Amino acid sequence: MADFKELPAGAPVAQQVTNWFENRFPTAFDAYRVHMSEYYAPKNFNFWYIFGSLALLVLVIQIVTGIFLVMHYKPDAALAFASVEYIMRDVPWGWLVRYMHSTGASAFFVVVYLHMFRGLLYGSYRKPRELVWIFGCAIFLCLMGEAFMGYLLPWGQMSYWGAQVIVNLFAAIPFVGPDLALLIRGDYVVSDATLNRFFSFHVIAVPLVLLGLVVAHLLALHDVGSNNPDGVEIKAKKDANGKPLDGIPFHPYYTVHDIFGVGVFLFVFSLIIFFAPEFGGYFLEYNNFIPADPLKTPLHIAPVWYFTPYYSMLRAITSEMMYALIACVLAGAVLGVLKAKVGALIKGAILVGALVIVALMLAIDAKFWGVVVMGGAVVILFFLPWLDFSPVKSIRYRPSWHKYVYGIFVINFLILGYLGVQPPSPIGERVSQVGTLFYFGFFLLMPWWSRLGEFKPVPDRVTFAAH
Amino acid sequence: MKKILISLLMALGLSGGVLASEGGFHWDKFPEEKANDLPSLQNGAKLFVNYCLNCHAASYMRYNRLRDIGLTEDQIKKNLMFATDKVGETMKVALDAKQGKDWFGGVPPDLTVIARSRAGSGGSGADYLYTYLRTYYRDDTKATGWDNLAFPGVGMPHVLWELQGQRAAKYVEEKDAHNPAKTVHRFDGFEQLTPGKLSAREYDAAVADLVAYLQWMGEPAQGQRVRLGVWVLIFLGVFTLIAWRLNAAFWKDVK
Repeated sequence: MADFKELPAGAPVAQQVTNWFENRFPTAFDAYRVHMSEYYAPKNFNFWYIFGSLALLVLVIQIVTGIFLVMHYKPDAALAFASVEYIMRDVPWGWLVRYMHSTGASAFFVVVYLHMFRGLLYGSYRKPRELVWIFGCAIFLCLMGEAFMGYLLPWGQMSYWGAQVIVNLFAAIPFVGPDLALLIRGDYVVSDATLNRFFSFHVIAVPLVLLGLVVAHLLALHDVGSNNPDGVEIKAKKDANGKPLDGIPFHPYYTVHDIFGVGVFLFVFSLIIFFAPEFGGYFLEYNNFIPADPLKTPLHIAPVWYFTPYYSMLRAITSEMMYALIACVLAGAVLGVLKAKVGALIKGAILVGALVIVALMLAIDAKFWGVVVMGGAVVILFFLPWLDFSPVKSIRYRPSWHKYVYGIFVINFLILGYLGVQPPSPIGERVSQVGTLFYFGFFLLMPWWSRLGEFKPVPDRVTFAAH
Repeated sequence: MKKILISLLMALGLSGGVLASEGGFHWDKFPEEKANDLPSLQNGAKLFVNYCLNCHAASYMRYNRLRDIGLTEDQIKKNLMFATDKVGETMKVALDAKQGKDWFGGVPPDLTVIARSRAGSGGSGADYLYTYLRTYYRDDTKATGWDNLAFPGVGMPHVLWELQGQRAAKYVEEKDAHNPAKTVHRFDGFEQLTPGKLSAREYDAAVADLVAYLQWMGEPAQGQRVRLGVWVLIFLGVFTLIAWRLNAAFWKDVK
């Protein structure tokens, strides 16, 4: 316990009040210092560094609006659709709260995708920030679950059939699949039972995990300190007081910075909420204004935009595509045997492992491997810290052609997203197959390509131009 | 050929309950200026309760919400309420689901948010409805004696036929531009069989009023939303400007 601090007589009242609290709850004051007033962040943050704070803001928006929605929403298959319309019409300001929540879901993914891309650009996942990255990936995974289950709640046609399609994917898992799908749905089709459990997960279970992960993400970040666009460790150069020379207290410098960012963000956010809440059918799908009908399958079922890159990868895995994947596995195994500097025993194990995988790929339906690919596309992010072998962190000091690789990665991701919205087509299928191979190639071949090329010298100190 | 086409259209029509918008027929543009015009909305409400609200419900829409389009509670009670006398009630109908199925082959859908649900690549939901209600034609091969260009195989007969009169669709056989061996069956205008109570122009205007109402009913708060949005943006613009300068003031001394 910290020492009890006595103030001299006649100290200002404000100071006395603060002192009274600090003597009784020093943890709060320490936390404020550690995370705000004495958390030294690099002073050279740029535009890309706003999205972490914005993600936190959107999380708060979602929780607060969610609390008010739950007051009026009815998690019952017979009442759910009507209760959403009740919120939109009869609940005072209900339409605003609902639009904030539905737009917030999309905004969450926008800021999180940009936040993750920032990490990719500046190597924020590299040592010693591996855990920060992993907690972040877990947050992303939770977010996907949260969005998926939340989307069922309005009980429209897209809610219903989207859930039906995705839950059926689990049925493709050999042996346990059908039982697993039954367990998730709580019924043989998506029904009232499914709606109730998704509601429970959406409002309690997942948010609790999400909040815990956000706390872990932030604590771990503040332990190791933020990375920056130069990828320079600011803790390496400290002044006489032990403060990083290139660091600046988070409060007030980055709080005031973030307030400005929040203003810009809320402007765009409001533009959508008040003038285009459906956002052309991307944030609120038109079909979802038709109540769920288990007897009427829509012609074209597309998930909401933020899932479509992964949905594209799922659809790309046809039985034809399996041969390409088998060739990739075999090529990888041969390369491993020829190139890896490991013992004969391990090389044998690689070969046997590859043959077993190929045998499974031939034996099990392509639909299952589609699910594996879709899940793998997210899971592979967790391993990023151990895939990148570049001698520098930041894209700034990497060979110029690396920038093109990242550029193509982004374009590829956008194309996959676009194709996921479109109805299936032969050309789209080919493009998405190439896109899937590129997506995985980008990560799996990273240990090889990330160390190629001529790297630029990294400066000792961050580059910073005074505002 | 005609049979194939009809069966194709039928197939589209069957699934059309969900994706009627994808009928492949070009949608006309709904005259947007009617969307916020109170006399149009009021006339649309009158047409709605007289022609639609016998089979279709609008069960999330309360009668007294019609005050938002400039009607008084008295006017609503006297002129627009046939099924109930409580102005706080929602617009329900007596027709039950079984009757609907027996008579039309399907339950008439609730129309509260119909305009929002029918938007698609062809245009807004209002565009679709504006097209749909103006492209009915006589077809004696159908159970109801009616078919529709925007919603082929539609279950609903032409409820507004008295206003529009009866029309037939003319088709021409044309060489397929992509395959000279084939001919395509192309729609080539309507032929008026019997006159309606309204002229073609008056009918279009009446339908536009009705669609304006349906569009408004899909989201009665839309006017308030846009008006409020302007103020919110002005506030946020000023807020952001101040935050920008505040930020600059703090960072001025960071070297």
